[in-house]
Amino acid sequence: MNVNNIKKQFPIFNNKVHNNDLVYLDSANSSQKPQMVVDRIYDFYTKEFSNVGRSVHYLAVAATNLYENTRTMMQKYINAKDPNEIVFTKGATEAINLVANTFGQKFLREGDEILLTELEHHSNYVPWHYLRKLKGVKINFAEINNDGEITLESIEKSITPKTKMIAITHLSNVTGAILPIKEITSLAHSRNIPILIDGCQGAPHLKLDMQDIDCDFYAISCHKMYGPTGLGVLYAKKKWLDTLPPYQGGGGMIREVKKEGISFGDLPNKYEAGTMATAQVIAFGESIKFLNQIGIENIEKHESELTKYGEEVLRKNNSVKLVGNPKNKGSVLSFTLDGIHAHDIATILDEDGVAIRAGHHCCQILHDKLGLSATARASLGVYNTKDDLDKLNESINKCKKIFDR
Amino acid sequence: MDLKELYQEIILDHGKNPRNLRKTENFNKDAKGHNPLCGDKVHIFLKIDENKNISDISFEGSGCAISMASASIMTDLMKEKKEKEVKELVEDFLQMIKESPEMKTKIINENEKTKLMSLSGVKQYPMRVKCATLAWHTLTSAMNNSQEETNTEKFD
Ligand SMILES: Cc1ncc(COP(=O)(O)O)c(C=O)c1O
Repeated sequence: MNVNNIKKQFPIFNNKVHNNDLVYLDSANSSQKPQMVVDRIYDFYTKEFSNVGRSVHYLAVAATNLYENTRTMMQKYINAKDPNEIVFTKGATEAINLVANTFGQKFLREGDEILLTELEHHSNYVPWHYLRKLKGVKINFAEINNDGEITLESIEKSITPKTKMIAITHLSNVTGAILPIKEITSLAHSRNIPILIDGCQGAPHLKLDMQDIDCDFYAISCHKMYGPTGLGVLYAKKKWLDTLPPYQGGGGMIREVKKEGISFGDLPNKYEAGTMATAQVIAFGESIKFLNQIGIENIEKHESELTKYGEEVLRKNNSVKLVGNPKNKGSVLSFTLDGIHAHDIATILDEDGVAIRAGHHCCQILHDKLGLSATARASLGVYNTKDDLDKLNESINKCKKIFDR
Repeated sequence: MDLKELYQEIILDHGKNPRNLRKTENFNKDAKGHNPLCGDKVHIFLKIDENKNISDISFEGSGCAISMASASIMTDLMKEKKEKEVKELVEDFLQMIKESPEMKTKIINENEKTKLMSLSGVKQYPMRVKCATLAWHTLTSAMNNSQEETNTEKFD
């Protein structure tokens, strides 16, 4: 795989930031977009636009086919059994809310427990939190170990006879820990507990096979997968989508509407109420093409080499402390610098065109546990190079110089 | 405007060694402030005497260099000021950070104004303005004795 050729496909890198080349190290937050995705949005609006699934005219039929085509592409990409197991949402956040809301409504009662982990992003905690008030459920958190990992044992220890749902991240957006989700799923199923995986950080970087993992739900944000914003995917086993109640009500998700009552449409319409993010769905098809052209195995290899290199470079830098030390680590490098707050680091790095994120990264529970109010985070994508990590390190040294004056 | 202006010596000095970073004994007013975006936290303590003078002011908290320096410089300047003067200073400072090129108040001298103006570098960094203003908003809450935590980004 030739990174330079890949990078050329991303028009953002033609721009300068504070007169410097852009060193984009914030892909865990959101990835940049290849030209083909941007073009697809433009072409759709200029040549092919129509709403989908409603009218019978030429444009409407063509748009509907394109929209459904992305569903099938996504089904194949994650090896789901059935295209109807792919539900489009506005993001992973909505996907998780959908499950928490509908599963909670139908299956949870006072005293039931939901098991999360200390690594979870707020979007895999807050939707479940609502059920505390609404249903009187209890939320437990499986604890991380000293390396910032969640092990199978930690999950096993936290399961009780009252655990009715396990919801965990695939890959921590702070420590980079990759969870053994296949083993955890099999453990959950052996206790008859369904499992939701927050796949936000998994999907852009790791090969996915829903039938192999066997999880019940998997939530994805397309904007982290070189796709448009405003779009997510909920993978859910068909048995769940058939049994759970609808989430939002509106046009497109109904069969018959009478003054006395309503019957709901079939999958996948049941969960896609109202006009959807049509252009984004169609453009997301190009993101899948883009990923397939490179090959996810090549992406995994490239990013894992880069991550190791980044760890090496930062470990050699005495003032840097890496956050977490997971054995199985995704392309996230969170760190702190002695005596310099993460937000000061981010501002100083920005001056050099180095874009990182600083703060708690929507993981306050984890930061409390680590005793840190904020961390700096460099995260990688398919377009990053070793040179980017060297520039990161140089800028970090500049931070120290400024602060040691 | 560049980084050197944002991270001037005076800011680094106050940021690394904040003055009045302690808790006033027998304080009679206090308030907490929080900047959820950055995680900056500040807790301001005031002792106001019967003549409405600030006889002591201090703070506890953690945050970036800008927010710590701002709280440090602010608490230094507020000592022995009257309640009315504090309000005027806060308003003038916030006005300066928002849009005004200088501070207009006559309550403090030019030297003191220069110290506060050193924080004006954040104007070029819109995401960092809240770091500079957190302590000031929190001071206002403390003066008003409002129990509600000051949040630079109010949400539920
Ligand atoms: C692990 C994880 N979960 C969930 C989310 C939320 O994704 P979105 O805001 O796109 O819905 C993110 C994104 O920041 C994330 O990193």
